[in-house]
Amino acid sequence: MFTSYANGVMNRPTALTDVAHTNVRFDEAFVLDCGTALPGHTVAFRTYGTLNSARSNAVLVCHALTGDQYVAEQSPVTGKPGWWDQVVGPGRPVDTDRFFVIGVNVLGGCMGSTGARSEKADGSGEPWGTDFPPVTIRDMVRAQKQLIEYLGIDRLFAVIGGSMGGMQVLQWAASYPDSVFAALPIATAAYHSAQNIAFNEVGRQAIFADPNWNNGQYWRDGRIPARGLAVARMCAHITYLSEEALTRKFGRRLQSARKDSAEVLNLFGEMFEVESYLRHQGSTFVQRFDANAYLTITRACDYFDLAADYGGDLADAFRGTRTRFLLASFSSDWLYPTPESRSIARALNRAGANVSFVEFPTDKGHDAFLLDEPDFHRTLAGFLRGCAMHAGLPV
Amino acid sequence: MNAPDPVRFVAKNMRLDLELIARTIAPGSRVLDIGCGDGSLIDKLFHEKGCDARGIEIDMAEVTHAVAHGLPVMHGDADTDLAHYPDAAFDYVVLSRTLQAVEQPRAVLRQMLRIGTRAVVSFPNFGHWLVRWQLLSTGRMPMTSTWSRPWHETPNIHPCTIRDFFDLCEAEGYLVETWLAVDDAGQRAPWRRFPRLANLFGEQGLFVLRRA
Repeated sequence: MFTSYANGVMNRPTALTDVAHTNVRFDEAFVLDCGTALPGHTVAFRTYGTLNSARSNAVLVCHALTGDQYVAEQSPVTGKPGWWDQVVGPGRPVDTDRFFVIGVNVLGGCMGSTGARSEKADGSGEPWGTDFPPVTIRDMVRAQKQLIEYLGIDRLFAVIGGSMGGMQVLQWAASYPDSVFAALPIATAAYHSAQNIAFNEVGRQAIFADPNWNNGQYWRDGRIPARGLAVARMCAHITYLSEEALTRKFGRRLQSARKDSAEVLNLFGEMFEVESYLRHQGSTFVQRFDANAYLTITRACDYFDLAADYGGDLADAFRGTRTRFLLASFSSDWLYPTPESRSIARALNRAGANVSFVEFPTDKGHDAFLLDEPDFHRTLAGFLRGCAMHAGLPV
Repeated sequence: MNAPDPVRFVAKNMRLDLELIARTIAPGSRVLDIGCGDGSLIDKLFHEKGCDARGIEIDMAEVTHAVAHGLPVMHGDADTDLAHYPDAAFDYVVLSRTLQAVEQPRAVLRQMLRIGTRAVVSFPNFGHWLVRWQLLSTGRMPMTSTWSRPWHETPNIHPCTIRDFFDLCEAEGYLVETWLAVDDAGQRAPWRRFPRLANLFGEQGLFVLRRA
């Protein structure tokens, strides 16, 4: 059922709420791929289930662009259920009765890991803001490796993630093959295409164009570039759906619009349902995400090109690997379409790796990996069961 | 009676030769099963022979079924995907009742013997007496339990006989390590040592090939 969304929220920007996140602090300098050294950094994480005595049942869940470590529990920021509640939990495909599941916020994020909102190390007490150095997917994964070592885990049973999370999975498998028994990169790509970068750039430009942007130091006057960030989210959100899904959900239906002087188009007295939906997506997003973190993380995705780090052939990233892979894609995903997953699967074939590869038919677009897709969930569960058998874990 | 389903390899419903194929494969081998369907053979080879067995399948529903059972299967096409495997990556490459449905059987065989030490190939024999008899007596394309689809719908675009296959192996310089012809129940028959008789009475041919 379609509900009418309030659309005025984005005109009343409020700063991101500060919440205490579980984290671990690493005090030694962390040299980023760009050459800049962070004088220590913080990794925010959550865990579910119990680590067995052999420390062999750990599953790391990597989140997507705007996800977080609250994989399977209510988010303290939004009050909403965990973003992968349907996949991770007791009796779910990633079964927390059997696995020790770790959710982690990426380096550069805004949910407790070091990022643009963190205090700069120069004693000014100011946040990094746009001075935060660029990070890469590999930097994110190196920070996660530190967390895993801190937790006393030598080898992860599985690393799993969709979208940007899938890029981290690929990087994990390439950087630390002996620490990953099974890798599940879902709805992802081994590099950002020109189209991926183009959409991200529209989002970034929307943020820069916001009157509250203030050169990235928007905290100074207690405001946030909410409209720009909301537009960035609206634009990105379209890429997460499909034409079919939009038609199915909204078609060309109209609804009456609230009178709002700031919304010039509302003078027509009505709006398309899809407009209302996107505005809702935009306005709720700005309450939970930091604009500078959005810039950092979209940039990290754009920089990602795993093959380039290995001389141009993706197979060389995985030569000799003993990791078992599951590549999964969704038929209507045009952000990271199936051919991207197929080319990763073929590179893994060239590297002699053990790879499963499935495309799921759906009209839900890229977002399908977050939604109720029974075949996908059944396949995840079965793949992990098969891997558990090969890893000698109780099945 | 049945609406034609989109499954490309109709012969897939004949699982009878899997047992025979499994017998030809040495324990602990690395095996690639092309057109593996729901993965029955790789499941069997893993559990009974400790093989590292993997599969390729073109029908996505079968792929999903196999992976959901924990089997390492990827969606792919025999005609286009074999090129992506390195040389000698497998001890055996299996093509069960799929050769007749690929676009380029010769190229597929070459790839199989590039990426594997041995190729195990089974195919329905178009030289079987019933097929010959039907064509001779009715003047129409044969319809049997094996060749069960009308000519305009069949995915089996490259049917061949056991003798044809021998000829191809010779032309390509492949060594036929073992071969056998089996009836519809997958049983070896007394005429098995005589190619001409096998070509007349065998429902299927099963060959193990090596590069010369």
